[in-house]
Amino acid sequence: MTLELTGASRRDFIKASASAAGLTLAFSIAPKAGAAEAGVKPLNAFVHVAPDGIVTIMAKNPEIGQGIKTSLPMIIAEELDVPWEMVRIEQADNDPKAYGRQFAGGSLATPLHWDDHRRVGAVARAMLIQAAALAWNCPAGECSTDKGMVIHVATKRRASYGSLAAQCSGVAVPDPKSLTLKDPSAYKIIGHAKPQYDTAKIVSGQPLFGIDVRRPGMLYATYEKAGVFGAKVASADLDAAKAVKGVRGAFVVEGGTALDGLMPGVAVVGDSWWAARKGRNQLKTRWAEHPTSAQSSVGFAKRAGELAAGAPQMVTRHDGDVDAALKGAAKTVKAAYAYPFLAHVPMEPQNCTAEFKDGKLEIWAPTQNPEAGRQLVARTLGIQPDNITIHMTRCGGGFGRRLSNDYMVEAAWIAREAKAPVKLVWTREDDVHHDFYRPGGFHFFEGGVDAAGNVVAWKNHFVTYGEAPDKPASSAGMAASEFPARFVQNCQIGISTMPLGVPTGPLRAPGSNALAFVHQSFIDELAHAAGMDPVAFQLKLLGDQKIVGQAPAAYNAERMRGVLKAAAEMSGWGKAQLPARTGMGVACYFSHQGYFAEVAKVHVAETGKVKVEKVWVAADVGHQIVNPSGAMNQVQGAVIDGISAALFQRITIENGAVQQANFSNYSVLRMADAPPVEVKFLMTAYPPTGLGEPALPPAIPAVTNAIFAATGKRIRELPIDTSLLKA
Amino acid sequence: MAYKLNVNGKVLTADVDPDTPLLWTLRDTLGITGPKFGCGIGACGACTVHLDSKPIRSCSTPVSSVAPTARITTIEGVGADPVGKKVQAAWAEFDVAQCGYCQPGQIMSATALLKATPKPTDAQIDQAMNGNICRCATYNRIRAAIKRASGQPVEV
Repeated sequence: MTLELTGASRRDFIKASASAAGLTLAFSIAPKAGAAEAGVKPLNAFVHVAPDGIVTIMAKNPEIGQGIKTSLPMIIAEELDVPWEMVRIEQADNDPKAYGRQFAGGSLATPLHWDDHRRVGAVARAMLIQAAALAWNCPAGECSTDKGMVIHVATKRRASYGSLAAQCSGVAVPDPKSLTLKDPSAYKIIGHAKPQYDTAKIVSGQPLFGIDVRRPGMLYATYEKAGVFGAKVASADLDAAKAVKGVRGAFVVEGGTALDGLMPGVAVVGDSWWAARKGRNQLKTRWAEHPTSAQSSVGFAKRAGELAAGAPQMVTRHDGDVDAALKGAAKTVKAAYAYPFLAHVPMEPQNCTAEFKDGKLEIWAPTQNPEAGRQLVARTLGIQPDNITIHMTRCGGGFGRRLSNDYMVEAAWIAREAKAPVKLVWTREDDVHHDFYRPGGFHFFEGGVDAAGNVVAWKNHFVTYGEAPDKPASSAGMAASEFPARFVQNCQIGISTMPLGVPTGPLRAPGSNALAFVHQSFIDELAHAAGMDPVAFQLKLLGDQKIVGQAPAAYNAERMRGVLKAAAEMSGWGKAQLPARTGMGVACYFSHQGYFAEVAKVHVAETGKVKVEKVWVAADVGHQIVNPSGAMNQVQGAVIDGISAALFQRITIENGAVQQANFSNYSVLRMADAPPVEVKFLMTAYPPTGLGEPALPPAIPAVTNAIFAATGKRIRELPIDTSLLKA
Repeated sequence: MAYKLNVNGKVLTADVDPDTPLLWTLRDTLGITGPKFGCGIGACGACTVHLDSKPIRSCSTPVSSVAPTARITTIEGVGADPVGKKVQAAWAEFDVAQCGYCQPGQIMSATALLKATPKPTDAQIDQAMNGNICRCATYNRIRAAIKRASGQPVEV
């Protein structure tokens, strides 16, 4: 039998069905009542209780290493009150009608699902209790649960969830909003470290990832595109490619002009990936002229300097009188900052498997954004979205790269052309050459402090990329509320843009991963100009108000002061006697709803080599950490990821194309350079928020500010040029 | 060409071109997908397997260079070795992985290290693990797991 429930808000739906096979619950938050009701499929539900008591929980979002496949089911299991050992987790397919939006981005899964996932578990538990109460002819209120059992204490009766599951067919689904959720002091799963559910498979090398997919009759594909983004194929020696043993086909794909769609290229398909790869080596592809073939990083930097010499194309904030304040300041500082384009380089190169069968298309993809991929494929190939199924595989890293589904549409196109199931696998060079890069940027600051160490003037001319200053390229914008705006009386922010023919997109903590570096560095410059301790200076800047500004741009200064003080205390800030050329730097940053302050201790060798010796992190992401093991791992990883970018990474453009190609010239930090990262979570009264991103942004300025403390040399451009740091 | 390969104690035959890297022979021809493709130039270590207990980068090892008598061990078979088993257990205990993609290679490098150097120092760990990138940067836990597997005190 199937029951449908409309919750108090009319936006929440729970559907339950019970049969001899057990109890199944589907839950979704959908924009329209009809869409959710019509689309809920019991088989894709969140919870299934089998007669043997094993509870299967569906993980709705893509797993990219953020641990969400484990942590979201933990939230359901807690309120269901089932032992973790009895829980099995399955990855859901892309099915937004059943699951709502399924994506990995913005550190949003925890804040979006903290409430609804608890209620999914609570509804299932309430129904199992009700089934027992009916069987025992007692009020449900007299029953409790423990370890996957319903218990009636007065009569000492007990029944396992498994034995009750089939009886839930006679039970009405309660209003999820009416249920009382557990007090956190009673938590047995939430807040208790759980290893990732797939750990055993990971450490024994079982197939989990997109690149591990195998289908009967599957061919392997490689796809060559122009270095200049979007350039069309002028010629390619398809016959030479086809002459290679094991190559089954080679063809030109016309492609479109959208940089995030199907781009022009040449596909080679073979019995093995190596055969296809060897065929590709014979193509000698020539590319048509393209309007962006002259763009270069050097040209962009030159143009940015020219734009900075003039007035901003658009002023986004104009508080007080910044020029008068600069004139009246006790000390002023003027500085230009720059940061480069970055690539994501997830360890698993882009890949996707596509198979047409009976007029339908089935796709296996490591993707952070499956529904967008489905729509892109549908649009490009002219297929109804309903005829496309997307299976989400585990992703070998994401970092924002797999929010774009270019490799998915390529695989679908090639599979249709090849008339066979196809696994497309990019080379690492393809990946570095065809990313949606973190955009570079340029900031031209002027600031002033008064004799008491107050910031009295803040001026920033941000030169970035885009069609127009109000239409920045993806991830190339900056809010007018960017800190310390609103904390400084005289504040002027202007933006100028340069047109760009390079695809850009979100990289872990988009925007923030660059903005934290420039803003927290320049604040550190002002602190030193004022002759103040950087922690004391920043606390003074944060003022004594609790919340500054209004939602959605509210800034909780109290929470930031809290983490800043905690980071200073953890690290022994200002107390340690440090050796020569060793320094400590501090930075704090609010992003993705999390408040983070970090202190780095850095030693700079006489050669200029930078060694980050330790990082201390104080984090405020609310009152509850869902999975402490995963949470710690995310923070440590994000901090080291930030340091990796600061020390090593730069994508440069020359003649319209990316010059780097692989880990040989686009480095990722290795073991010896990874500092220990000590983390403290401050428990505050706020709802729990996500951890994939917000620890990254302050790590970079904490390190560069520490370099200043160690050497007196200010890093104003990334990556860090160690030749400037020689003794 | 048909090549005989001794993989995880089993003799298997792969009919591939001589220049085919061992990695693609294992993955595409033999269906052994634990070793991972990461860079194709031996720079990231995701493809690490053992050849007679020594770690090699299978992405840049042509299959024709592997002797039919050489023992190839992949992540799928390393648990049969007592050291490999300990390393896997330590990886699970510390919940090392984030995305997990590089971890087969990390475990193979760590196992090779501990077989040669049962109680490695931090510097020896740095050196032995230098060829393996973890893009998720789980290095704090990788170090802890290696210390645990080698029976040394762990600072967490």
